[in-house]
Amino acid sequence: MGQFIQLFVDGLSNGSIYAVLALAIVLVNQATGLVNFAQGGMAVLSAYLTWWFAEHGIALILAILLSVVASFLLGGLVERFAMRRFEGGDPDTAVVVTIGLLTLVTGLCGIIWGYNYLTFPWFFSTGAAFTVGGITISWWSVMSVVVIVVIMGLLQALFAGTKLGLALRAVADNPQSAALSGLRVGRLLMVGWGLAAVLGAIAGTIIAPKLQMAPQMLDEVLIYALAAVVIGGLDSPLGAVIAAFAVSVIQNLVAVYVSFIGSDLKIIVPFVIVVIVLALRPQGLFGRKQVVRV
Amino acid sequence: MTLLELESVTAAYGSVQVLDGVSLSVPDGGAVGILGANGAGKTTTLRSISGTVRTGGRIVFDGADIRGKRPEQVAAMGIAHVPEGRGSFGTLTVRENLRIGAYLRRDRRGIESDIEFLLDLFPNLKERYKSNASALSGGEQQMLAVGRAFMARPRLLLLDEASLGLAPSTAKVVYDAIARLRRESGIAMLVVEQNANLAFRVVDSATVLETGRSVLSGTSAELKGRDDIRRAYLGG
Repeated sequence: MGQFIQLFVDGLSNGSIYAVLALAIVLVNQATGLVNFAQGGMAVLSAYLTWWFAEHGIALILAILLSVVASFLLGGLVERFAMRRFEGGDPDTAVVVTIGLLTLVTGLCGIIWGYNYLTFPWFFSTGAAFTVGGITISWWSVMSVVVIVVIMGLLQALFAGTKLGLALRAVADNPQSAALSGLRVGRLLMVGWGLAAVLGAIAGTIIAPKLQMAPQMLDEVLIYALAAVVIGGLDSPLGAVIAAFAVSVIQNLVAVYVSFIGSDLKIIVPFVIVVIVLALRPQGLFGRKQVVRV
Repeated sequence: MTLLELESVTAAYGSVQVLDGVSLSVPDGGAVGILGANGAGKTTTLRSISGTVRTGGRIVFDGADIRGKRPEQVAAMGIAHVPEGRGSFGTLTVRENLRIGAYLRRDRRGIESDIEFLLDLFPNLKERYKSNASALSGGEQQMLAVGRAFMARPRLLLLDEASLGLAPSTAKVVYDAIARLRRESGIAMLVVEQNANLAFRVVDSATVLETGRSVLSGTSAELKGRDDIRRAYLGG
């Protein structure tokens, strides 16, 4: 029993890594209607920016803030100068462009900062943990879960309760119609990408100290995050987070309790879940079903 | 006083010339119809006004030349366009669609009372208030599109083929509601409609387009009295 609970808690801890990135993917989808594969790359770049600021003697908390601001601007610029020309056309084209951006951005990080693992400074040791009833919980996990809950609350408030959030959703849904209602579509898309980049920055910055920092550090995380988004529903922040935790916990349990899978094959677990969910509920477990009428 | 004036307006999609000299005018508070066959350029005329197609000629709204302005700038000047196909935001609820219509307004109370007014005008929408627009029937979506445009409190409403895809009885309900909207709000309207009988429920006069040119204008009574018009657009 103790082992089961420990595996469960470790799963939640890992899941919070996937959840942060999954949230960023949901945000971009809500604000632009696209699945943004570049999200992982943008998060990595932001993490490097935080690191770089910190290396230059800026206090970590300030370095994070600077990186968040820089990421917001970069996200907006990426929309304006890379995505803009593809937005009117086939969404599949735009998605392929985001895959290209992912390769480009991680490659740039590699050129600038190299592919060696770097140590990311943090407020406390990421190994620090406490024990409750025989279960070890790391402070880092507690922190990341708190951050996720806060972000989720903010996103929910933004999209459901504010005029800006409503405008972002309208632009993603039907840009032509949005313009006819007086919305400045281009500017709102830039804001949407900027906000997504901010989420990416937060994701990259809290993940980096846990993993070791390298341009490829989020490649695997991105795959799990995408799986979580597909399972939870592209339009549901809460769904994506729950799915991220569920995927990670199930994966952990299966690796230990199903002997023929073990830790070597555990990577297939999320994908088996994805296939099952897509077959039974294509909009995701928490997604809203799209009804199309004419 | 003239609110909107089009003078020899031209427009093309790529190399295909669609408008080849359209002239018409809408008086302040008036309602004008645009009649014509498929492909005559009715929709493109509206699009040239709202800035969603590249145009030549002169388009003057409230004394200012608006040709070449972007759609959001045109909207900000007080022109609301109900596009062909309704342009609903399918993933937004009925209420959210209406709030997007009022995006440029700042008067909270006015917005809420206008929503009340619309729900009274379109009782169907009241029942679907919290549903996603994509779940609405065609008629309900058309009502929502008209409502969304009204929420901007425009001075001029551009209405494109509101009867498209609707059962005749539903189309009548929609047009009667639009006529009531006009009576109670005094908003000027430019109404594109293939079914002239429906258009005459709302408009006082109309312009007939043929292959991208305006060929004839007249009051509703004049046009209804002409045999050729009756045969071509009023079903005998």
